[in-house]
Order: sequence, then structure tokens, then C-alpha cells
Amino acid sequence: MAEYLEGRENQIVTKGIDSHELVGGKPSVAGSVSQRACVFCGSRVVLYPIADALHLVHGPIGCASYTWDIRGALSSGPELHRSSFSTDLREKNIVFGGQDKLYQALHELIDKHHPKAAFVYSTCIVGVIGDDVQSVCKRVQKEKNIPVVAVMAEGFQGSKKDGYKIACDALFSLVGTDESMDVSPLSINILGDFNLAGELWMLEEYYKKMGIQILAPITGDGRVKKIQNAHRAALNVVQCSGSMIHLAKQMKEKYGIPFIKVSYFGIEDMSDALYEVAKFFKDDSVMDKARELVKDQLTTLIPALEPYKRALQGKKAAIYVGGAFKAISLVKALRLIGMKTVIAGTQTGNTEDYRLLKTICDDGCIMVDDSNPVELSEFVKQTGADLFIGGVKERPIAYKLGIGFCDHNHERKLALAGYDGMLNFAKEVYETVTSPVWQFVNRSTPFDNE
Amino acid sequence: MQKAESIKQKVMPSGDTFASSCNACKQCTPLGACIAFKGLEGVLPMLHGSQGCATYIRRYLISHFREPVDIASSNFSEETTIFGGNKNFNTGIDNIIKQYHPRVIAIASTCLSETIGEDVQRLIFEYQETHNTMPDLPVMIFASTPSYQGTHSEGFHEAVFAAVKTLAEASGPVGDHINLFSNMISPEDIRHLKEIVEDFSIPVVLFPDYSDTLDNTSWDSYRRIPDGGTTVDELKKSALAYASVELGYILNSGGMNGRIKDNGTKQSAGEYLKSKFDVPLVRTGLPVGILESDKFFNALSSISGKAIPMKYQRQRGRLVDLYVDGHKYVSDKRAVIYGEEDLVVALAAFAAEIGIKPVLCASGGESGKLAGTLREVLGKNYYEDMVVGQGMSFERMEEVMQELKPDLMIGNSKGYYIARKMDIPIVRTGFPIHDRLGAQHTHVLGYEGTMILFEQIVNTLLEDKQRKSPVGYKYM
Repeated sequence: MAEYLEGRENQIVTKGIDSHELVGGKPSVAGSVSQRACVFCGSRVVLYPIADALHLVHGPIGCASYTWDIRGALSSGPELHRSSFSTDLREKNIVFGGQDKLYQALHELIDKHHPKAAFVYSTCIVGVIGDDVQSVCKRVQKEKNIPVVAVMAEGFQGSKKDGYKIACDALFSLVGTDESMDVSPLSINILGDFNLAGELWMLEEYYKKMGIQILAPITGDGRVKKIQNAHRAALNVVQCSGSMIHLAKQMKEKYGIPFIKVSYFGIEDMSDALYEVAKFFKDDSVMDKARELVKDQLTTLIPALEPYKRALQGKKAAIYVGGAFKAISLVKALRLIGMKTVIAGTQTGNTEDYRLLKTICDDGCIMVDDSNPVELSEFVKQTGADLFIGGVKERPIAYKLGIGFCDHNHERKLALAGYDGMLNFAKEVYETVTSPVWQFVNRSTPFDNE
Repeated sequence: MQKAESIKQKVMPSGDTFASSCNACKQCTPLGACIAFKGLEGVLPMLHGSQGCATYIRRYLISHFREPVDIASSNFSEETTIFGGNKNFNTGIDNIIKQYHPRVIAIASTCLSETIGEDVQRLIFEYQETHNTMPDLPVMIFASTPSYQGTHSEGFHEAVFAAVKTLAEASGPVGDHINLFSNMISPEDIRHLKEIVEDFSIPVVLFPDYSDTLDNTSWDSYRRIPDGGTTVDELKKSALAYASVELGYILNSGGMNGRIKDNGTKQSAGEYLKSKFDVPLVRTGLPVGILESDKFFNALSSISGKAIPMKYQRQRGRLVDLYVDGHKYVSDKRAVIYGEEDLVVALAAFAAEIGIKPVLCASGGESGKLAGTLREVLGKNYYEDMVVGQGMSFERMEEVMQELKPDLMIGNSKGYYIARKMDIPIVRTGFPIHDRLGAQHTHVLGYEGTMILFEQIVNTLLEDKQRKSPVGYKYM
């Protein structure tokens, strides 16, 4: 069994064996090799896909360098988000303050790129040296006549998840500041889809077929103006609730817009996402169209999944992803292709999320919050998993242990949402789990020379 | 922003003249330190600062090396930031020992811990004092790497220096071994250097040696700390070597590096051993191309008193033959070369000796020595219209390239955006390579590595020519 770090006992639960509750939301212990990132990272990844905004990282170069075009978030128009801007602070700025440099940088960049808004991310060091980022932003906003939003996301303030909330606050400051767009009575905002590999465009197709307008995608393929108009939609549809629920709640409180939580991964959750929206509008024709759409999709998808299901039947999967809702969808999607989840962990789930996750996991499944390579590799060995679903940081754990890997993180270039995404997912899982390369690994005596 | 006329100055001003940078051609200092630290046997690196630094750097290194890269963090909270990292440091070390049982814990600071004034050296001392009865207490090494000073390159050399300074001991007679400080090169190139030195029958302490730790075999079970690396004992005897060979002309010698004032205290590992223990220092560049490889092989020959082994003489001969076979495809081509400063110098020297004009040599580094070093090293092959850019970002590089209209880019993956936009081919080498497989196996050093690089360049140009040809062709 893994040697848990002291203080992590209640962050690990085996369903059917342990009676204690899985507690989420705790800070990582010092000295751990956590897979989590920082507050800055949380805010950066949420706001990143807004393609016509300037994203300026105020700090030394690393924070900007490591987040340069890091997401697979696509834009149907401008691509300003794919460049990485930094004030590249040096020692003299640390000693004498970086405010002037920030002010100059904003002017320089706004003049050059004409963004529709600017987000200024404050990093660890800026919080320590005490630059008044907010006042600089206010001043530039007035001078340049575009929203300039201070994202006070100093890394040490907490974990990645705290950064989500800060990003939501930044978005909320834009919402309700424009009324110029045409809005259909059947309009929704999509919250928490980041348009990885064009997934948002697949959803747009679905909703369009149901006669529903997506007013503002937040933040995948995001545009400042759409976000400014977002308060006029009839409904907020929240996918990645870990990152966006705060915004949905704020919009409900101030503008009275109701929200529903959905997921676009797997057949059940994707279909529910369409039905729930149809139900909300209480319009039979919308519901009929939704049913027809789902029927059409499943008629081709179900037979297409069959061969993969046959090959994968009984195989075991380990999941370690960012958010709990994705983990829940993945458990269901894996079940659909005959696979059983034996490890289900996340970086940012809260206690309530884990309660829900537990209801759908099988007995014997190890559930873990804020894990690390030592634990994860032990769990994989212990459970005999055949597949690992995670991000780039989890990839070498899977490969060194000689099992398949599926990237379900923000860097992926393969669409995994929706019905086409389900097929992509099954295909990718099949290709990695059944690859003949595994015959060569985990053999301590490869040569018959004893 | 940068205007076209100013590139006529040839040596461009540093990035300092602009308030912002877009798409940096550098990473931060602790990242470089982590790579160097991974070259120690039994090590677990720890970053003293926020969680994000360790996670970002791990992700970046995993993408490049495609190996597990475990780096712990002391996980600063707001409270730690205000009241100091003492408690986090101690808990962090406790937890690392408990989970990883490392022989070495190598600590690098971050911009955060440096700015709040953490005295890591003292924290280490206090930890060692209070745990002096603990069996197998890990060796602790500390590199000061605030990310607002210098680039990942400086971080790398600072960590090399810190490890040597902490461990080198002058107890005993001078040995028959040499130290080889090999700079920031690929695991494959480290293996090649070891092979060369072995073929000269010279016992060597090569540091940092991440040839296994960052490019390991398939395992039969998961290893928390991968095998391989320079041992603590080897580094201890680095003070007793009869010579040090250091690859790279610039290393961490730069005076600018974002510091307010150069206090002149920066030393490379080789310089430190020379000043403190009288270990003679031989410095050559990274051996890429014939002329620079000759310098390295000659240095080993004179140190060992042995002739250059026939194997390498044959390699050199084949390389010359290959140069002749391919010279027409590269002659007069205009290349942009970018990356770490020492790598840029080495690649430029190679390009120039085969008839490629390095029209732009660019680095995110700001040692202030790039232009001078290039002129000196390239000598008669120096291309007078060469533009040298230090403190460059990819955005500025692109602006210059729009005017220079190069045929080829040689450097890391991050040039891809420009290459795609301008429809010019790119030969990937250096760090980072995130969009191709095999970064850990890039091999450019020595006659053998040069052969591979030369073929890559010629074939890339041929591919480009074929692709753009209206008819295509089979024989070249």
C-alpha cells in the first residue's frame, strides 16, 4: 500500500471498504509532488480561450512562458489568445516596483493588437512587492476605452481551484456591460466548455438543430462582446461546474438567469444535456427535435461502438483528472464500452462532488483527492488497471507501468465531447489498450540467457 | 515596437527597451536548475515557493523528455508568504524523505521565496542540526534561482555550480580523472560524450548526467527515483581532478541577466574548482561541426596524451565526405538560429562552416556576450550581415525575419509558429521540443552528431524543395 503523507488519510477512500468520507478542497501538503497547479494557473486556463482579448501576465517570464498556447482551445476568428504576453519582470522591477512597466506594456500592446478587452494576471511576486495592479488597470481602461480587468491571481493564495473563482469574478465584471446583440428567446450561454479541438462547434450544431441560440460561449471560442451580452440569455448551461459554477451563481443572483449543470462526455450525459435544455424551454417542438437528434446520433453511434466494446470488455481503467464532473462522466462512458473504473481521482473535487462520484463507482474503486505520482503508481499496481486517463503529467506514470493512456486534459487535440467525441474516445482507448507494444514491457528477463 | 531600420545595427538592443515580451525565447531560472539537479544520482528536487512553479516545470519537462519528472514543492500559502517558509520547508523535507527516501534533496528557490528573503542555506543548516542523528540523512544542495534574474540557462549553470560547491572536497591526492561539465544538452549527447571520453581511456566525472534519469528504459516496476546520475562521491572528488573541461563559452558568465548590478560573483563550476582547488580549466564550446569538434577532441588528446582514436578520425573523415556530398544543397542558404546562447554559438559555427549564412542568431538570454562570442568563434567564417539578438522573444524574431527572409530555422519547437506563418522549414533541436517525438535523442555533438544534424538539415531543405516543386523529382 502507498505510504500516504501525513494528513492525507481522509483524502483517500476505497469504496465498499473504507467508511470515512472523502474530503476534498484541502491545500496540498508541503513536500508533496502534487499534480495540482496554482491560483494563477486556474485563472489563466479559464480565461485563456477568450480570443479577442489581450492576456498579459504581470510577473517574471516563467508564468507566461509555461502557459503559452497551452490549451487546445480553438477560435473561429481572432487568435490573440494564442500568444503569450508578459511584463517579463527583472530584478530592478522587483526592487523598485513593476507598475510603470505594466502601464507602459498595456499601452504598447493595446495600441499594437487592438484587443476588445485586456486581462492582467497578477502573479506571486506581484502580490509580494505590492504593485497596485487594479489602479493601473483602471487608469488604462479609462485611457484606452476598453475593459481592462485585473485578475488578482497570486499563486500562493490557494490552489488552482481558487483561481477559477477569481476568473469568474473577472468575467462577471464584463457581463451586463453591452446590450447590442440580437437575442433569441430560445438562447443559452454555454459555461465551462473550452472548445478543445472544436468541441464547442459540435455542441453548437446540436443546439442549432433544436432551434436554440448560443448567445455566449464562456469561455471556449469566447468573444468579449458576447460575454458582455451574456446577461440576456434565458439559461446558463454549465459544463465544467468546478470552474464556472461561481459565475453561474453570480449571474443568477444579479440577472435572475437560472442555470443547469451538464456534461458533454458520454452518450447519457450528452443526451441529458440536450434534454435538460429542451425541458427548460417547455417547448414541445424543441423536445421533439432533441429526441430526433439523439435518436439519429445513436443509430449510427451504438453499432460503431460495438467492436471497441467487444475488445475492451472487462478491462480496468484509472482516472485522474482536474474536475469531479469529468470523472463522473468518464466512469459512465467507460462503462458504456465495457470497462470498469478502479481508480477515480481529481485535483480539485470538493467533498460534495466526491459524494456524488461515489454513488456511481463500483465497490473496490479507489477514490483519491489531490494525489501524486507515488500514490497513483501504487494504486495502478494494486488494482491492475489497463488504462490511465489523465493529462500530460500522468502520461509517464501509465507508460512506465506499461499500460495504455488517454489524454483527457486541456492540451488534447482530439475532440472527446458529444457523440462523435464518444466514438473518438472509444477508438483512442481501444488503440492504446490493445496495442501490441505492451508485450515488451514489464518483462524483467527479456533474453533467454539465464 | 522594433522597426525594420534598427536591425541594420546588426546587434540588436536587449528586450529591456520594451515594456513587454510576447512569446518568450526562454524559460525561468528554476526550470534550468531542475534539469541540472536531475543529473544527480538518487535526487529529488524541491522548489521552495508556490505549488504552480513545480507543476508547470514538471509538465514542461515531461512534455520534452517524456519521462516521469517528480519535483516537490514546499507549497507556499499566503500565511507562509507573510510569515516565512520555515515550517513548510521542514515539513516538505520530512515528507520527501518519507515518500522518496532520496540520497540527495536539491532545492531551488523561486521568485517568491527569494523576494520574501528566505535564507534557504540556513533552513538547510537548521534541518541538518536538528536531524543529525537520523540515519541516511540526505545530502542537501541549494541553488539560488530567482526567476527575475536570467533565464533557464543561468538556472542550469547555477545549479551545476551549487552542486559542485556543496560537494567538492579536497581530501586526498590528485586523481587521474577529469571533470566534464557538459552544459544543457540532450541525454543522447551526454551518452555520446561519455563514449568519447571512455574511448580516450580517461576516467571522468561528467556532470550533470541525466542521460538515464531523463531518458530511462522501460521498467518492470515503477521507480520513484529513476536510476542513473552523477553520484555524490564522484562530485566530492571533482576537487581532485587533474583538469576540468567545460563545454560552452558563455555559461553563466553574463553580467546583465536582469540584475541591477553585476556583483561579479557568478562562477561556473569549472571556475570555482580552479579558483578554490587549483583544478586546471579547459574551456571549449559545444562541439558541433568540424571546427568546434576538433577543438574538443584536441583538448581531450592533449589532456590524455593520447592520439584521437581511429574511430573518431574515421567519423571525421566520413563527415567531411558527407559535407562534400551535400554542400550544394546548403550553400548560401539563409538560416535563423535560436535558443540557449551556447547552443546558438555552436549551431552558428557549424552552419557557417558548411556555407549556410546564419542571418539571425537569437537568444532569450542576455549575457551581453553573444555577439562577441559569435565573432570570435566563427572567425573567418563570420557572416558580416548577421543580426545578433539577445533578450529576444519570438515576436521580435518574427519581425526581423519578415525582413531577412530566411530559408530555414534551426532551434527548438517554439519557432514553429513563425515557420508555419512564413512557410519555411524548421529543424528542431535544443530545448524545448514539444511537438515531435525524440527530443531526448537529439544528437548534435561530435562528428557523429554533426553528421545526423547535417543530414537532417539537407533533407529538410530537399523536402521543402520537393514539396514546392510543380513536378516533383526522384533523384537528387
